[in-house]
Amino acid sequence: MSTVLLLLITGLGLGALYFLVASGLSLIYGLMGVLNFAHGSFLTLGAFLGWEVARRMPDGSWLTFGVSILVGAVVGATVATLTELLLIRPLYLRHIEQVLVTVGLSLATVALFEGIWGVDPIYVVGPEWLNDTTDIAGALIPNDRFVLIAAAVIVLLGLVVFLKRTRYGLIIRAGVENRAMVTALGVDVRRAFTLVFAIGGAAAGIGGVLASHYFGYVSPLIGGSLLIFAFIVTVIGGLGSLTGAAIASVVVAVLQQFANFYLGGTGDFMVVALLAVVLLVKPTGLLGSKA
Amino acid sequence: MTMIRRLRTSPFTPWVIGGLLVGLVAVLPLLDLSLPGVLPGSTYTPGTLQLLAFAMVFAALALSYHLLFGVAGLLSFGHALYFALGAYGLGIVLRDTELALVPAMAVVLLAAIAVAAALGALSLRVSGIAFAMVTLAFAQAGSVLVRRNASVTNGEEGLPLRVDNIPAELVGVLNTRNVYWLALALLVVVFLIVAWFERSRAGHVVAATRENELRVRVLGMTPFRVKLITVVLAGGLAALVGMVYLLLQSGVTPAVTTPDFTLTLLVIVVLGGVGSRWGAVVGGLIYTLLDQRLTALARSEAIQDLPEFLRIPLSEPLFILGTLFILVVVLLPGGLAGVARRTLARADSARARAGRSLDEEATR
Repeated sequence: MSTVLLLLITGLGLGALYFLVASGLSLIYGLMGVLNFAHGSFLTLGAFLGWEVARRMPDGSWLTFGVSILVGAVVGATVATLTELLLIRPLYLRHIEQVLVTVGLSLATVALFEGIWGVDPIYVVGPEWLNDTTDIAGALIPNDRFVLIAAAVIVLLGLVVFLKRTRYGLIIRAGVENRAMVTALGVDVRRAFTLVFAIGGAAAGIGGVLASHYFGYVSPLIGGSLLIFAFIVTVIGGLGSLTGAAIASVVVAVLQQFANFYLGGTGDFMVVALLAVVLLVKPTGLLGSKA
Repeated sequence: MTMIRRLRTSPFTPWVIGGLLVGLVAVLPLLDLSLPGVLPGSTYTPGTLQLLAFAMVFAALALSYHLLFGVAGLLSFGHALYFALGAYGLGIVLRDTELALVPAMAVVLLAAIAVAAALGALSLRVSGIAFAMVTLAFAQAGSVLVRRNASVTNGEEGLPLRVDNIPAELVGVLNTRNVYWLALALLVVVFLIVAWFERSRAGHVVAATRENELRVRVLGMTPFRVKLITVVLAGGLAALVGMVYLLLQSGVTPAVTTPDFTLTLLVIVVLGGVGSRWGAVVGGLIYTLLDQRLTALARSEAIQDLPEFLRIPLSEPLFILGTLFILVVVLLPGGLAGVARRTLARADSARARAGRSLDEEATR
């Protein structure tokens, strides 16, 4: 029982990480039709700069941890905004070219990160409490899982409130439904594009810092490996659906944990198999309207 | 004048020029030419031949990717899977069985075609960006399979080629030129197959599907079937190229299974010009040579003595290539092939103008 609980909560923590990456991907795709390959680089840069700030501050304090998360969010939002303004916007509506540009950006930035920080993992230190465990019904759960889940829930709630309660949220939701109509009504959708990129970048940056604590290290490849699972999550959840991404994140991560433990480390395969099944049964994904 | 014009517009001219080029490349190992800065040594040395053969293998692989992306308009991020399947498959069959080279290659090719048909049928249920993500997921599963099953694939260390059952002419540094000719033959064969496919009925239908799938369906044809044929053909060709790669490199490492490897192919095809066969070949050759020379340059003293903010970016070949790629996408739509086409068109219109003014002179 305690093993099941441990796997479940660890899966939820990993799912929270996937969601932080996938939410931005899904929103960007839903609104703009752009598959953002550079999303992993936003995450990696957030993680590295969060670490650079944290190592200049006192080790293991909560303030350091909080500041590094803030730095990750700001860095992610900034590079994402710059990417949208400088590279995506000039190629407006040319979706394949936009994807190609983000592919080039991801290749170039990963190489640059390897040049700056080296290819070896850099180990990060967090507050003591993160490395401790909490006893829940006999299961010893590492505390960083709770922080991840809390962060993802906060981001999810923040996004829902933003999308449902604000004017820009309204424009974004309307744009996902029918972009041509929103433009025809005289609303400048392009500002919403930049905003969506900034929000997605911030979520990825937060995810980067949290991922470095979850894995215990930061490396130039940390973003790319998470990005692939985030892609799978967005397809399973349905492209453009935030709720779908949230559900799929949890399903994928929990399945991965259980398969890794009970089926001899086959977690990654089970995830791809799940993807294949979803495609066979419902090609649009769980909550998607367009494939 | 008319003679030249007829030569320029004749449909056979590119083939004649291509044939001459192939002939020239074929005799390179017998010549003593050197191109300082481009090639590491004279053309008959094994090192240079190895590099050129490597470039030709990449060009052939780029051609198979051109079938998917350029002809069918399918943005696949999983093409590395079939290349790796060819390389690893042949390596494993040669190690674990006593089959000779050609039967072993046939077995692996059949396996690759079966895998391409199964995964293609599955991934073609979605289109566009979702197709890209799904192919990426399958390739990632393949990559994990190779890395995790070290007892079969030798894991991170890579699989060495067992040479017991392959012809002695293809083994050893002294025989590099035989492998070089093999790579050239591969490139020519892949080029001819791709050209033939593009001219076939299926090729026309799949090109039409790329432009307007609904219309093809309205005309009573099934886009799914021709797309699947294209995916299977591209996968089979990639596996074939992977097998020659194994012979050339005397082994294979997990690096060729990664999504980044497919991204390299995408970069090559876009660099050469999407939709252009020649573009894919030239892109593959240039990319490989550039990658190799940039790696050499990164280690040179000229770069190592630079201040840090210049040295770090310049010593990462992939950073330079990635940046170059972004610039090509933003500034040069159509890649190298597009540039060549525009230059030719400009020369033509200039000549037409000059011709017209001459005619006017004569009539006056």
